[in-house]
Amino acid sequence: MSIAVIDYGAGNLRSVVRALQRIGAPLEVTSNPNAVIAAPAVVLPGVGATRDTMQSLEQLDLVAAIHEVIARGTPFLGICVGMQVLCDQSEEFGPHPCLGIVGGAVRRLPSHLKVPQIGWNQVCYMPHAARHPLFAGIDDGSDFYFVHSYYCDLTDEHDIAATTTYGLAFPSVLIRRNLAAVQFHPEKSGHYGLQLLTNFIRWAGVA
Amino acid sequence: MLKRRVIPCLDVKAGRVVKGVAFLNHRDAGDPVELAAAYDAGGADELVFYDITASSDERDIMIDVVERTAAQVFIPLTVGGGLRTVEDMYRMLRAGADKVSINTAAVLNPQLIEDGARRFGSQCIVLSIDARRVNAPDEPPRWQVFTHTGHNPRPTGLDAVEWARRGVDLGAGEIVINSMDADGVGSGYDLDLLRAIADAVGVPVIASGGVGSPEHMYAGLVEGCADAVLAASIFHFGAYTIQDVKRYLAERGVPVRM
Repeated sequence: MSIAVIDYGAGNLRSVVRALQRIGAPLEVTSNPNAVIAAPAVVLPGVGATRDTMQSLEQLDLVAAIHEVIARGTPFLGICVGMQVLCDQSEEFGPHPCLGIVGGAVRRLPSHLKVPQIGWNQVCYMPHAARHPLFAGIDDGSDFYFVHSYYCDLTDEHDIAATTTYGLAFPSVLIRRNLAAVQFHPEKSGHYGLQLLTNFIRWAGVA
Repeated sequence: MLKRRVIPCLDVKAGRVVKGVAFLNHRDAGDPVELAAAYDAGGADELVFYDITASSDERDIMIDVVERTAAQVFIPLTVGGGLRTVEDMYRMLRAGADKVSINTAAVLNPQLIEDGARRFGSQCIVLSIDARRVNAPDEPPRWQVFTHTGHNPRPTGLDAVEWARRGVDLGAGEIVINSMDADGVGSGYDLDLLRAIADAVGVPVIASGGVGSPEHMYAGLVEGCADAVLAASIFHFGAYTIQDVKRYLAERGVPVRM
């Protein structure tokens, strides 16, 4: 059975696919809600704006499918905007609702800094999540590659698995049961990025 | 903490890496895909491929190089050189580039910056600026933008700081600033130019041109306030490894990814 990599036009889809292929993950690129629902694991890539992403997901009838797979316990990985749309709402280009799967709002990084944040920054584990299988073989404080102007201001501290500091400490990894999401780009984070993706497919049981 | 980036730049011609001194006298330094993988393993934070040919046959070779690199190397890759249209940008991004860098084409048609940023996002659009000091010795420093710097540099009349600001307003997500006075000479970046640009724009500034040593990179990042340093021959011919440079920077308190 193949991982469903959701295709809604995200700019980094091919990079995510190439990285998953590199680690030997069986995958299927799809925009079909039924294929997403049937998959043993789901990856939601993303680059760009939450509003565009939500519109694309709605047009493709993928909103209900994403809710369903997360609710039924399918291992799920959101990347960058694929993390942000999990929140209740976003303030990017005016307030608008997102998927509402985790409590929180998507907010702009502090304006006294260069925005977007572009480059490598440290991912620091929360004590309760430090031993999570997603982080196996990756030292606490390792650098990952970020490109973003907005971050998830999560309501429930238990959802925050790791934080990164850029003007403020923001959640860079979210984990809740079967649901994982990262603000950085593992597909562009070199060795540790590939390790994290490998950890995900092992955790999902599709390796 | 966000790290300062060290970025090797590979000049590619007909599918092979070359490096010129002051842009000329090209020497062959190897296969771009192999070099890219070696730099990734050696700790490069990103890679830049600069396509110094622009014929359509050689452009297709470049697309193949980008595709083969993207299948093996999982750090950000920027491709520049000869991109004139949004469609040119799209082909490179589709082949696996994460960003595209534009220079002369943006001067001739600033709308290209805006169109590219709107279609692919500002994070994909790097504005590269070649600039030369034009003030008299007793005047405050001033730099003019030049195009066609490979063979026959043409003055544009644009002030480099103004052009950087305008490029960011149009949607450029990063600025590469290349001092033509320093390029290929190995005497260090033009620090006044770097600082002037860094003060003027709210996006990352990448210093390029003129690096002969890790000390120069340190100066570019600390005194020039650059977010990243781009360099070519210093790495290609083994004078220093990326780890040498990063160790040097780290020992002096510059945050780098080790």
